[in-house]
Amino acid sequence: MAYCTEHETAPEARAPVTIEFRNVGYRAGQRMILQGLTLGIEQGETCVLLGRSGSGKTTTLKLINRLLDPSEGEVWVEGRQTRDWDPISLRRRIGYVIQEIGLFPHLTIGRNVGLVPELEGWPPDRIQDRVRDLLVRVGLDPALSSRYPRQLSGGQRQRVGVARALAADPPILLMDEPFGALDPITRSEIQQEFLRLRQAMHKTIVFVTHDLPEALLLGTRICLFDAGRLLGTYTPQDFMASRDPMALQYLAAFEGNPKLREGCA
Amino acid sequence: MSLLQFFLNHRTEVIELMLEHLWMVGVSTLLAVIIGIPLGILLTRKPIFKRPVLGAANLVQTVPSLALFGLLLPIPFLGDRASRLAILALTLYALLPIIQNTYSGITNVDPAVVEAGRGMGMTDRQLLMRVQLPLALSVIVAGVRVATVISVGLATIAAAIGAGGLGEYIFRGLAMVNNQLILAGAIPAALLALLADFGIGLIEKALRPPAQEEA
Repeated sequence: MAYCTEHETAPEARAPVTIEFRNVGYRAGQRMILQGLTLGIEQGETCVLLGRSGSGKTTTLKLINRLLDPSEGEVWVEGRQTRDWDPISLRRRIGYVIQEIGLFPHLTIGRNVGLVPELEGWPPDRIQDRVRDLLVRVGLDPALSSRYPRQLSGGQRQRVGVARALAADPPILLMDEPFGALDPITRSEIQQEFLRLRQAMHKTIVFVTHDLPEALLLGTRICLFDAGRLLGTYTPQDFMASRDPMALQYLAAFEGNPKLREGCA
Repeated sequence: MSLLQFFLNHRTEVIELMLEHLWMVGVSTLLAVIIGIPLGILLTRKPIFKRPVLGAANLVQTVPSLALFGLLLPIPFLGDRASRLAILALTLYALLPIIQNTYSGITNVDPAVVEAGRGMGMTDRQLLMRVQLPLALSVIVAGVRVATVISVGLATIAAAIGAGGLGEYIFRGLAMVNNQLILAGAIPAALLALLADFGIGLIEKALRPPAQEEA
């Protein structure tokens, strides 16, 4: 099993494996959505799951926070099998951001962001401080705290989604095409913000996307999925040089996209 | 004698019958809410009950109201007092819209919102109390509104088994072929229905979660 080395920090120190898939399969009815997945994700890396729709990326993500249970094999998170984790305490340790964001429309931004701390029983003034701090970190005005989700733009809402996922400072962050619905300019801004944010906090991130430039830009490692199988894992540099037919298809599809070079620089 | 004169001459009786009417509608709707909302929630949690419960509630709706009032007569404790019977029958009728709206209100909450809640580690109870019920509340109230309006109309038939209410005038008027008497029962009943529809409609509107529009 090949583990990617951190290319941002000291490459010689190999971080412990935080999330591990051991020959995992997931079946929905008769259909195998995912099969034979063996993958270790190290602490602190940003592992991008790249693949087209229906390739099993999102399923892989949901197996980590136990929104799904594997039909075969085992998923280990922080040294414990997900089946042995209480799903609630497991999910409280894992931030989750989805493309549709799923902000609670009846709660203010402040309460949306502060919800997990609230569930965890933090005192209100500490929650308030935390919310303010997080909104600033994701590049939002803390005054937005008293607004409702409908009063925000798409980009602002997605930033709130990220802030909410970070609220209780979870060691793991799962992101399912979080920036997929944003316009290109907002998307690029928020990607840069994400890179800055990642530098500041040491999190293990699993990031689903079908966008190659995004994968190259944000990933410390890229896991290429197709038809429910993991085809291979690459550093962004390796991916660019790969001769794997699926990787080549991707490169061809995004050929001429100036972001491609920029991403792996 | 004009209708207005009739109301003036019989104002205590009219008010009494109206209060009887309201009592039957109010108590039966309250009971239906107390039974129907938990049942509706149960259906969202245990879908296996969906068909039998909705089927039974549907079946009740198909029984003609006059027949239902009559059918319930032999029931021991309830049969002693006609108003109890009427309340039971009205409760049964009110169940369907309330169960149905509770169920669909909860199941129609944006799946992304539910997934986000679940993904952030809410227990099922927290998800229900903090997310699903608040967002479904206006739909549930809409069900209560429909149930109440139907109930105001149906309660007129309760007079047939001696439970009182504005139906008294209607049945008396029918027996005496006196249109004015029929109207004396029908008009206040219609007004009550309109009032309930409007009043609960206001509550429903106030509870409706604002649409997620693009800013």
